[in-house]
Amino acid sequence: MLTCKDFLGWLNDYLDETADEEVKAQVKEHITNCANCWVVYDTTKKTLQVYKGMEPKEVPEPMKAKLLEALQKKCGKSGGGSPC
Amino acid sequence: MATSGTPPPAESTLPLSEMDDAALVAQTQAGNLDAFTELVGRHDRKILRLARHITGNEEDAEDVLQESFLNAYSHIGTFAGNSKFYTWLVRITVNQALMKLRKRKTGKEVSLDEPVQGETDDLVREIAVWDETPERTYSQEEMRRILDEAIESLEPIYRTVFVLRDVEELSTEETAQTLEISVPAVKSRLLRARLQLREKLTKYFRRGKGDDAFAYL
Repeated sequence: MLTCKDFLGWLNDYLDETADEEVKAQVKEHITNCANCWVVYDTTKKTLQVYKGMEPKEVPEPMKAKLLEALQKKCGKSGGGSPC
Repeated sequence: MATSGTPPPAESTLPLSEMDDAALVAQTQAGNLDAFTELVGRHDRKILRLARHITGNEEDAEDVLQESFLNAYSHIGTFAGNSKFYTWLVRITVNQALMKLRKRKTGKEVSLDEPVQGETDDLVREIAVWDETPERTYSQEEMRRILDEAIESLEPIYRTVFVLRDVEELSTEETAQTLEISVPAVKSRLLRARLQLREKLTKYFRRGKGDDAFAYL
């Protein structure tokens, strides 16, 4: 039987699906019976979901233009260290 | 010496936009700057986000974006293809971003080798159920601001591990290699980072206002 502290120790492996079957079953049993730990599990899982679902912002055009200009400059100046 | 307009080798008939990263790297190594420009277009948004998350500063992030791609371009000849191009680029970006962070915090050393302090159960205070789909409660812009601020409020040793593992989705081993720390250190920092973020986000995503927070354990 896991304690709440044990549960926290296994939380990452459970969320990442890297826990072995026995641990998985124990964690599942614990969060079925412990309301607080179920909330911690569910809200941590949602934390990961919201971050994974967030698309990065576009790079502003002036920033992009500056980068491409710097690359062309580097390419023009390269004396063998760079590919062109 | 090849120039930016160099045509791709004869065996390649695909347009650059349809080539995978490995083929674009080979084209770049053969002297085709347009191939590298295509790689920039594919990855610049994620690289800028990574730089922002680590440095926590817009101006530094722009510098890191530029320096990272220039650095990758200069050293593309040494890229042997043992890892994915993107993973290699992430390593370069993390190094550039950490250098920036160290310079910015003059007099205050930013170390990724610090031991993790304290127990994890002290990180669980708020127990409140969240909305089923918290991302629908806020506009995309608001969500981005909330998530970015939460990450940036973490200590560098935690936010860097979280960003690499849970935003960039590097493996635990790749994260350990990139940051030159041990696998157990990645795991313990990741747990603390996730629990701290969960705690910070609860105030935005909790269901209703009536749910009580109470002491845990």
